[in-house]
Amino acid sequence: MPEQDVCDLPGIVARWHRDPANLVQILRDIQEACGTIPSDTIDRLAALLDVPRVRIESTASFYAFFRAESHGAYEILFSDNVIDRMAGKETLKQYFCERLWLEPRKLSEDGLVYVDDTADIGLADQAPALLVNGYAIPSLDQARLDLVAELIRAKKPLAEWPPMLFEVPDNVRKPGPLTGEAFAPGAALRALIARGAEATLADVDLANLRGRGGAGFKTATKWASCRKAEGESHYVVCNADEGEPGTFKDRVLLASHADLVFEGMTVCARVIGARQGLLYLRGEYRNLLEKLKSVLARRRDAGLLGQNILGEQGFDFDIEIHLGAGAYICGEESALIESLEGKPGKPRNRPPFPDRCGYRNQPTVVNNVETFASAAKIAERGGAWFAAMGTPQSAGTKLVSISGDCRRPGVYEVPFGVTVRQILIDCGAEDAHAVQVSGPSGTCISFREFDRRIAFEDLATAGAFMVFSRERDMFEVARNFTHFFAHESCGFCTPCRVGTTLLKNTMDKLAAGKGSAYDMNEMKHIMHILRGMAHCGLGHTAANPVVQTMEKFPDAYERRLKRLDFEPAFDLDGALATARLITGRDDEWAHLANE
Amino acid sequence: MSKLRVATCSIAGCFGCHMSLLDIDERLFELVKAVEFDRSPITDIKHCGPCDIGLVEGGVCNAENVHVLKEFRKNCRILVAMGSCAITGGIPAWRNNVDLWDCFQEVYHYGIGLENGQVPNDPELPLPFDKVHPINEVVRVDHFLPGCPPPADAIWRFLTDLAAGREPRLDYEMLHYD
Repeated sequence: MPEQDVCDLPGIVARWHRDPANLVQILRDIQEACGTIPSDTIDRLAALLDVPRVRIESTASFYAFFRAESHGAYEILFSDNVIDRMAGKETLKQYFCERLWLEPRKLSEDGLVYVDDTADIGLADQAPALLVNGYAIPSLDQARLDLVAELIRAKKPLAEWPPMLFEVPDNVRKPGPLTGEAFAPGAALRALIARGAEATLADVDLANLRGRGGAGFKTATKWASCRKAEGESHYVVCNADEGEPGTFKDRVLLASHADLVFEGMTVCARVIGARQGLLYLRGEYRNLLEKLKSVLARRRDAGLLGQNILGEQGFDFDIEIHLGAGAYICGEESALIESLEGKPGKPRNRPPFPDRCGYRNQPTVVNNVETFASAAKIAERGGAWFAAMGTPQSAGTKLVSISGDCRRPGVYEVPFGVTVRQILIDCGAEDAHAVQVSGPSGTCISFREFDRRIAFEDLATAGAFMVFSRERDMFEVARNFTHFFAHESCGFCTPCRVGTTLLKNTMDKLAAGKGSAYDMNEMKHIMHILRGMAHCGLGHTAANPVVQTMEKFPDAYERRLKRLDFEPAFDLDGALATARLITGRDDEWAHLANE
Repeated sequence: MSKLRVATCSIAGCFGCHMSLLDIDERLFELVKAVEFDRSPITDIKHCGPCDIGLVEGGVCNAENVHVLKEFRKNCRILVAMGSCAITGGIPAWRNNVDLWDCFQEVYHYGIGLENGQVPNDPELPLPFDKVHPINEVVRVDHFLPGCPPPADAIWRFLTDLAAGREPRLDYEMLHYD
């Protein structure tokens, strides 16, 4: 394990321009170098950056991947989406722990290894998967875990582990214009320069491109508004914090089509007049960082980034990559901006929207990875070409990340308007019983609704498509999602902080066989509070999985209800046992009837 | 019209919600015209009989709390969890992060100035749970009145709505969660 003095604090701070706005990146580098963020390092960092210690602590304590205690030389985090569980993650994790004589969430006695769970890591098509010191290993089975255990026992540095462990195939099963066509770097920029920024914006408008992050806001409207907004400087931000469980299409775009994404950002920069771009890459995609940096370097060499791009005077633009640190909420655009500014990722009040007041309070376009990739194609091939695909309200194609009970999980690029049934046939899921579209915050549909269409006007989606067969228990699916939301609530507003935990506890109560009709009503109440009172989309949608599965799969709930009226949530007499032991009492008042 | 019977109690609470109830000030005169108090710190009646409304402040931290709560549930037509502690466990639930053994050791054995400390074991003392719970984990609750404490105006609106036979409705500004 690296010693603490290995961490070159002044060097790290200098690399990030001594700018407190880069605090998340600074903390990431410290964590990578030291394995932890020790308390005395925070003091030294506070002095170097000239900010109060609490400012650093508030950020350091917010993100799941930052920690004050050592997790040993090897930190193993198993992805804990319901898809991983269906693929046998729990058994494999237990097997792994037994092989290394470990208990989960407890550092091994020799201080070598630590095992825990983490939220979905964007590998649902290759589940189960894990992160070792932040690097993803997909397609786990006993043989692969045996190898990992051996490497850990031999104390082999991660850099010397066999590369085949970390190989992540794209699994593009159905290519389309974004994923299947060759793209010559610079093609979109040449078209842009030939036609001019205004004509290109008009083309994006004509294409009717809408945001691919799920909300479907019209891209041209956002760009035009940002272009008009006054500010000292404009920024382009690419949201690559693909945290929605079951989504992994941005992973594929970034791994194999990064030029398209960066080119889309550059097109946007020209349209809105930005000189700097930021790509916010989720921490779980750490293994893509070097590759993306090399693509950026190649583009700089080719004159596609930097000063006077393609020889055009005054066309200056460059892109910096920021890594996230394990916070789902940072996928919300204003939380993402807060994180880019080195703060805890708590959503801002909107309006003002980022197009007027975003990164560093300047006009900023925040778009999804897929949106930028589509924009590059539109700049290259024109708006009419794009608008001809899909439906009138949802133009173009959509990348869908398919996982779960199907024979061919992976990325499918489909035209908007395609039916769920057609996708299920394509991916080999004839016995599908339910599909969770767009992740836990999206829509759960039952087999009765398979004729619905993937489109903003019907089933809007950010891309996740988790398939469940008849054997799956939809109650357990929803329960997994309530645990996810309770963990990922940022804690800023009480309805969400408390509401998501109440939902989780109630679902656990039902799972423990202590449910009653009262609890079902309670969950509906909590849903109303979340929808009406929560500060951002996370809270608004956190009850969706419960409410929708309750409505569509009532049997899964009803067979868990013990009585109609009420059942206590815990064992009343059992909860007194500790105090009985401490006091040595066993009198009548030291017991409670469990009726 | 006969008066509504109301019972109130504070279990694992700080009586802050009761203070907020008193904060309705001169409207108390109007209130006593419409309601009659049964078991409550206001009347010092020790056990409640059949009531229309039961207001419970505080969470459940020990065995005695459960007896009180069950008495309220048995006798009150409408049971209300009043304030953050009753609804979520509130501040007393902060002890949920401390192991009960450690807690007793610290208080009765190792605390500053203690010598030959002993853990009290008198049956008269309520036996604590290992965790503090919100009341709806022990009995069915009909209404939740949020706030720490709920504002006096919220309590007033809530009681007058119930007295008038309406479903209580609180305006947005009366809903406080912290």
